[in-house]
Amino acid sequence: MRRPTRGEIRNARAASGFLLPFAALFLLCFVAPIAYALYTSLLKVERSGPLGLGGGAHEVFTGLDNYAQALQDPTFTAGFGRVLLFGLVQVPLMIVLATALALLLEAASARWVGFFRTAFFLPYGVPGVIASILWGFLYVPGISPFVEMAGSVGWDVDFLSRSSVLWAIANIVTWQYAGYNMLVLIAQLKSVPVELYEAARIDGANAWQVARHIKLPLIRPALVLTTVFSIIGTLQLFAEPLVLQPLTNSIDSGYTPNLNAYNEAFKSNNQNVAAAEAVLLALVACALSFGFLRVVGRRGKDGA
Amino acid sequence: MTLVSEDRDSGRAAARRSGATAVAKAGGPGRPPLRHRIITRSLLAVAAVYFLVPVYWLVVSATKNTEGLFGTFGFWFADPRPLEYLGDLLAYEDGIYVRWFANSLLYAGAGAVASTLLSAAAGYALAKFPFPGRETVFNVFLAGVLIPGTALALPLYLLFSEIGLANTYWAVLVPSVVSPFGVYLCRIYAAAAVPDSLLEAARIDGAGEARIFFRLVLRLMTPALVTVFLFQFVHIWNNFFLPLVMLSDSDLYPLQLGLTTWTGYADRQPVLYQYTVGGAFLSVLPLMVLMGVLQRYWRTGLTEGSVK
Repeated sequence: MRRPTRGEIRNARAASGFLLPFAALFLLCFVAPIAYALYTSLLKVERSGPLGLGGGAHEVFTGLDNYAQALQDPTFTAGFGRVLLFGLVQVPLMIVLATALALLLEAASARWVGFFRTAFFLPYGVPGVIASILWGFLYVPGISPFVEMAGSVGWDVDFLSRSSVLWAIANIVTWQYAGYNMLVLIAQLKSVPVELYEAARIDGANAWQVARHIKLPLIRPALVLTTVFSIIGTLQLFAEPLVLQPLTNSIDSGYTPNLNAYNEAFKSNNQNVAAAEAVLLALVACALSFGFLRVVGRRGKDGA
Repeated sequence: MTLVSEDRDSGRAAARRSGATAVAKAGGPGRPPLRHRIITRSLLAVAAVYFLVPVYWLVVSATKNTEGLFGTFGFWFADPRPLEYLGDLLAYEDGIYVRWFANSLLYAGAGAVASTLLSAAAGYALAKFPFPGRETVFNVFLAGVLIPGTALALPLYLLFSEIGLANTYWAVLVPSVVSPFGVYLCRIYAAAAVPDSLLEAARIDGAGEARIFFRLVLRLMTPALVTVFLFQFVHIWNNFFLPLVMLSDSDLYPLQLGLTTWTGYADRQPVLYQYTVGGAFLSVLPLMVLMGVLQRYWRTGLTEGSVK
């Protein structure tokens, strides 16, 4: 075996010096919590003494019991179903809106483009919680000018009813992120050589055909990226329902899986089941993201 | 990532493009007809109304008190007294709002600076120092991007309470400093923008590795660092789940967390409606400014640094 040269040793030492601070914190804040969640999710608190009240509590290994309990909890699974339904509707809608806005901005003449782009991007600067508070006021009867305007023409509208509140949340999320996704797509559009458009136009393609057959296929990577991030975001849905909760009784403690895990940990004080729910959530998020990437990747190869 | 690499010469591209379109318009077959331009413009205007109306409502409502919020039409002013009402807000409970604001600035500012430095160092090491297992390390970091932050926060809280860090400033600061996305960005950028020959020359001149990094590499990586800083600032400023889980002492709350406790109590204490609206208004301002900078920066700044 060759002995490392002095330069290589120096290299390795410098590299580890630069890498270690980040790596140590990554271990603490990413790897350790995952390991800890996995570990806690396999334990159960067992109380000794009469009626399980007195005496000490100690943790015992229980295998996958917590996972079984989480999956048999109808509120938790209903929450999962709810965010999946939400994702199936909201993510495509938002991506379509972002794509349409990006293409329209590309097609529009230059003078107003800056204003529109800033206007669309602005909501991204509003934190999720503030956006939810804001829209909450725009939904709640008494304050909302929308409800007032609808009422004055005899339309009794309730944005926060059991059947509509999910879509009220979808609107908040779309409002916040459509502009951001649009900007990502615009960035990708800018990388398309101008000559390509010009050539197509000279060949007689109209604006719609250029958009459909040239621009859309070329911004595919950005579309995939924004979709994956949106899927991850959807599964984490938490702040919006939490903020709207005081305004309506259509949102229960397990409205989304995240809300359920949070309440399990802090209201019911059941850390072990909460850990199992957090693990399940992370697993589903990874599975969906990778699944989507694989499906798109395969189709991309066939198509191109 | 796409933003950084591809939007960098959009300014020039746009200039080139308008030139090219002008040529096409003069000689080519297709100048978009007036009808198209009107449709495009109207659709864009409708979208702008959708995105701006809530912001407009917030501006109008920040000039009202609770009575005005409930009693007057939301989209128009009624007896506006913005300074008086915002003054009430700032004075409420010995200025707890100001304290929350300062906390948010501390978390986002200090967190983003530390995060940028750590990402720069790690990205530089991954880009410029070949060592066995480098790709594995990078991929492990990258996998961190895909893990939902809220799935981490809960176990992180359990872990931090075991080591006694929960409910302290550190509980929010430490996890905010780790940005796998920042490392990804910095690695790509360092690989492209830091020439090996320059590093070699500095080493031959006898400069130490730390000196090379702080004096030379950081300067070359500035555009990427600004992007990482801004992204991380926004990310920490917007992060809600982590402080919610970690903090129980309201003196440590960031803005968002404080405001949600107000909305929770507002039906019992109606003046809090006014304070929530005013507080939301003030809290949105700095990020709006930052968004403007961010957008402009994406259009111009990244060009200058990247290609030399």
